[in-house]
Amino acid sequence: MIRTKISAENLNLFYGDFHALKDINISMGERQVTALIGPSGCGKSTFLRCLNRMNDIIPTCRVQGKLMFEDSEIYHPDTDVVALRKRVGMVFQAPNPFPKSVYENVAYAPKLHGLKDKARLDEIVETSLRQAALWDEVKDRLHKPALGLSGGQQQRLCIARALAIQPEVLLMDEPTSALDPISTLKIEELIRELKQYYTIVIVTHNMQQAARISDKTAFFLVGDLVEFDDTEVIFTNPKDQRTEDYITGRFG
Amino acid sequence: MSPKTQEKIAFHVLRAMTALIVLCLAVVLWDLFSKGFPALTWEFITENPKKGMTAGGIFPAIVGTFYLIVGTVLFALPVGVMTAVYLVEYARESWVTRVIRLAVVNLAGVPSVVFGLFGLGFFVLFLNFGASILAGSLTLALMVLPVIITTSEEALRAVPNGFREASLALGATKLQTILFIVLPNALPGIMTGSILGLARAAGETAPILLTAAAFFLPRLPNSIFDQVMALPYHLYVIATQVPNADEKIPYGTATVLMLLVLGLNLAAVLLRSYFRRLRKV
Repeated sequence: MIRTKISAENLNLFYGDFHALKDINISMGERQVTALIGPSGCGKSTFLRCLNRMNDIIPTCRVQGKLMFEDSEIYHPDTDVVALRKRVGMVFQAPNPFPKSVYENVAYAPKLHGLKDKARLDEIVETSLRQAALWDEVKDRLHKPALGLSGGQQQRLCIARALAIQPEVLLMDEPTSALDPISTLKIEELIRELKQYYTIVIVTHNMQQAARISDKTAFFLVGDLVEFDDTEVIFTNPKDQRTEDYITGRFG
Repeated sequence: MSPKTQEKIAFHVLRAMTALIVLCLAVVLWDLFSKGFPALTWEFITENPKKGMTAGGIFPAIVGTFYLIVGTVLFALPVGVMTAVYLVEYARESWVTRVIRLAVVNLAGVPSVVFGLFGLGFFVLFLNFGASILAGSLTLALMVLPVIITTSEEALRAVPNGFREASLALGATKLQTILFIVLPNALPGIMTGSILGLARAAGETAPILLTAAAFFLPRLPNSIFDQVMALPYHLYVIATQVPNADEKIPYGTATVLMLLVLGLNLAAVLLRSYFRRLRKV
């Protein structure tokens, strides 16, 4: 039996007057990969950004309904956003390493949260980089600028940076859309590795990618969650005509 | 006239205008340096003025200008940068922030002599600082604040949003994100902009005329409540009030002032290219 990690009940989200998410009901299992697919502007990234409250940055954004992370309500007024984001890490669409050294990028969050012990930091940096399958490529240039890495390496560095504070959930917002096919393949392999330890929610425009790496797939269309099921079912035997149209490439 | 001919004429006219500007600068610098450099002796730079400023050096004025610049930095930089951080990182777009921006822009348009008069009324008389380094620095600081705020705002806005998002998503607070990510990345822009503003302030006469500058004070200041001699005002004095001064003295003074300003500008350029190189591989 898979434990529920994140669940939404009648979740609605507005940007000003624009109704961006409509009555979303979904539940995501622990240590599973959930893929969010759908055409641009369908609300999948918006939904992803609810899960660590990154939407808070947008002043006009309003959320109604219930969004649970285990037993706590993500949008409860008493929720400590900093503590939430320590447990729910995020990787963005474009690789965005800080213009610091490789080492400082990974050590940034642990240091921020009060870790000062040099030996312990070294250990975390190595473990995180190993987990992100980047250690062998950067171990000789840990103190060189991260911006000197290739795009694919930078993205894996961003994954290592997120892993350094040992989150439980990893949100990925189209993590391979800015990368070449080989780097994309590496990241996909990595995601399959990481799901042993982490609950992963990934937004992707690439349907083959969703089919390759995810356990469950959610199909969004203009703010609605049209269909949510096992990935195999979605791609072989969807129940909704719109899902079938989308995955067979008839629109979107 | 064929478009091709028009194109040719336009090109030559535009190039001539650019050449004219370069020529103006070259003539000014040539005139200044050819008469000023012979005056630059060790005594001129390290000694007090003598014989009613008709001979001797300009050491107190160099030191005075230096103190005024340092004072200006100490007041203007923290206030300016903090204002810019508030405007860029915290304030939401509203009529209040628009009014603040408008005020900043207008502050930049206020003539410097008005700043001088304000400094006299507020710092010198009302706050009773007297004509002093303190009053002069504060007045100059007010004058360069708009430059520092505007350049700092631009530098902060140039920091990619991805850095802010990445930091926040790692559980950093907004303040931590600003201190550890945004400000370090904006620092080169803030520094170069501020130095250019200061270089301008260093050469201003009107704001310090009424608030800090001494006509003749052949000693170094003892405290921030002392008056000082300053290069731009000293230049004005010997050029207009001391009829029998050797021509070398005003030209020498002007040369020192120009070298100071050009030096500050050069520092800004070098700093910028240094930081640019630092960020690459």
